Amino acid sequence: MSSGLYQIRDKDLDTTLDLTKLRPYGDTMNDGKVQMSFTLPVKDDAKGQAAAVQMAQKMGIADPNVALHQKLDETFTFYVVYGAVTHSVNYNEIEVLTVADEAMEMEETNEYIREHIGRKIVVVGASTGTDAHTVGIDAIMNRKGFAGHYGLERYEMIEAYNLGSQVPNEEFLQKCQELHADVALISQTVTQKDVHIKNMTEFIELAEAEGVRDKMILCCGGARITHALAKELGFDAGFGAGTYAGDVITFAVKEMARRMGKE
Amino acid sequence: MESKLNLNFDLVEQARNHASKVADDTQRFIDRHTTVAVERTVCRLLGIDGVNSFEVPLPNVVVEHLTAKGALGQGVTFWIGNAMVETGKSTQEIAEAVADGSLDLTTLPTHSDAEIDKAIEPVVQESLKKIAARRNRREELLAKYGDKEGPWIYLIVATGNIYEDIVQATAAARQGADVIAVIRTTGQSLLDYVPYGATTEGFGGTYATQENFRLMRDALDKVGEELGHYIRLCNYCSGLCMPEIAAMGAFEGLDVMLNDALYGILFRDINMQRTLVDQSFSRAINAYAGVVINTGEDNYLTTADAVEEAHTVLASQFLNEAFALRAGLPEEQMGLGHAFEIDPDVENGFLYELAQAEMAREIFPKAPLKYMPPTKFMTGNIFRGHVQDALFNIVTILTDQKIHLLGMMTEAIHTPFLSDRFLAIQNAQYIFRTMKDLGSEIVFKEGGIMQTRANEVLTKATNLLGDIEQLGIFETLEKGIFADIKRPRDGGKGLDGVFQKAPGYRNPFMEPMMKGGASK
Repeated sequence: MSSGLYQIRDKDLDTTLDLTKLRPYGDTMNDGKVQMSFTLPVKDDAKGQAAAVQMAQKMGIADPNVALHQKLDETFTFYVVYGAVTHSVNYNEIEVLTVADEAMEMEETNEYIREHIGRKIVVVGASTGTDAHTVGIDAIMNRKGFAGHYGLERYEMIEAYNLGSQVPNEEFLQKCQELHADVALISQTVTQKDVHIKNMTEFIELAEAEGVRDKMILCCGGARITHALAKELGFDAGFGAGTYAGDVITFAVKEMARRMGKE
Repeated sequence: MESKLNLNFDLVEQARNHASKVADDTQRFIDRHTTVAVERTVCRLLGIDGVNSFEVPLPNVVVEHLTAKGALGQGVTFWIGNAMVETGKSTQEIAEAVADGSLDLTTLPTHSDAEIDKAIEPVVQESLKKIAARRNRREELLAKYGDKEGPWIYLIVATGNIYEDIVQATAAARQGADVIAVIRTTGQSLLDYVPYGATTEGFGGTYATQENFRLMRDALDKVGEELGHYIRLCNYCSGLCMPEIAAMGAFEGLDVMLNDALYGILFRDINMQRTLVDQSFSRAINAYAGVVINTGEDNYLTTADAVEEAHTVLASQFLNEAFALRAGLPEEQMGLGHAFEIDPDVENGFLYELAQAEMAREIFPKAPLKYMPPTKFMTGNIFRGHVQDALFNIVTILTDQKIHLLGMMTEAIHTPFLSDRFLAIQNAQYIFRTMKDLGSEIVFKEGGIMQTRANEVLTKATNLLGDIEQLGIFETLEKGIFADIKRPRDGGKGLDGVFQKAPGYRNPFMEPMMKGGASK
């Protein structure tokens, strides 16, 4: 009887993988199963549940199953909904912008700098604008690094300057020039109301106005930053969640070498 | 209390002695100086409020006026008091006259100390009474409803709009929050003034203003009455306006304030001389208002490693305790901070967390310890995050932490959704209920991992405090001993707001407030 109660799969489901019609995978190929949760500003009753079902259907979910309806406050209800997505995407046609360089180990990077650049390079980093969080820039720069990835301060061939947080763009740019930065790293943690986009745009405009845009490799990073976003804003590269010092510095030194024609 | 960790209390005493000497040494520096923030606070306590036609707060106008005349070393009390004797006007009228340019405080004839004190005294008493009444009101409500046993569930709202914050805070209170903290907007700590009025714009938080304090207090009182439960309100007494925000909070009935002696220096690059002077007065105000302070040691572990640097947290707790005692703040109001920040990949990491939390409990038995949830290793995997938060909740209930900042599974993704908060409260309440007395049922193995760990951290902290006593607090901060962050003595923001006290300086609030306990 268990099969009858729990068998919610479409019997005619074609279970061969077709990348031109990619769908989520629950426990069977192409079943399209997803889980989601959301809150509606209505009271917890049958009408609210019906609203949650309709909401899911409008998102393209077939046979939505409201697994949980939970009262949060008089007029707020939380729903957990399961269902099958009716949409599919063509995986083969997707093109994304990513940083192509495979991250090198610390010693490999030092060796690469010696060989291709022939001197120590200067890296200046900060959490700029009003952002008070140093967690991102520290993960990349502090000697001990993060999650087993040493930070740039530990690299023999790098002079690393971590200017900390809340550094205004003007001051950061000025410091980069004073220190003859080869690479500038901007970290942005706070992203409410897109404050990071405004701040980073302002930095690029400032660098262009001062005519120093092309004198440095400009990288940005943060949990909500992607390479595509960084490129769009005029940076050379962007690094999001799950990237470490090795990813950042590999791109930077290879890009330096590329620009020097010494790749 | 029997020590589960078999802690060496001779070492604890030694550590306290070192911290005490560091604080005494620093106190001599503090006593010789005042700051623009301290003087603006005195203005506020003397009843000066409002803004001029350029939105500059009148306390800033008065202090800038005296700074420009090179007269701030005597303190605003002297000049305002003198003007009161001379003109017979109120403090507010005097400030307004300074603002419209019709009065220069420094060119009036100088009156005797006795006359000035006599003019100021009633204003000082009125202000002290107002704050004492606020404190009494809290104590009455707590007596009426009964105070929460066990950990206080501490939740954050951070919409940027005080009216939206109120909606979220009210919902959170109904769901079970005991403390609501209104996160400040990014960057407020570096403003050298406090904005005025209700605000609806902010990044990652809401401006701390006296009107916003009042609005939120009012909303929490209403929902508290409905629930028969006193909801505590928390804000941030930190940055360049530390003592001013303490004064505003004291007037508006805030209950908890983030208020660390060293945090601004380390994490906001505020000049160390400035912060050390400011923290002293802000803590005296908090002492008098019955406000529980929260210290910021948990932040060290967001930049430094939680296993290797645990002793710096303990050392800083000893220092914060010593500084707070010197400002008259009793142990019962010291929410010393620490955090659950060990890398989940560390084997036996939970044992270290539990050992450290128990250690803090045993070393500071009267303090309502503030325990912060995992943030550094929250990755966006909300499902693991919920487990990390559950482990954190377990440590709290086993070791009797008091101010329990709830972890959100969506940490590192966004400011919490209404549902995130609900799930976090449900997680904590389940664990607090199902494990309520587990802490008193278990003992730790003699010479085991946890006893060894706690004593190791204590030994290292004591040695570090010995070194700090030799170096003094200024050099310690210059060497980057805390949080791996180095700060120069003359660097950072706000140094130009530090002044040597001139002969005749007075701050009539310092002494009565340092006695603490407004109702005593």
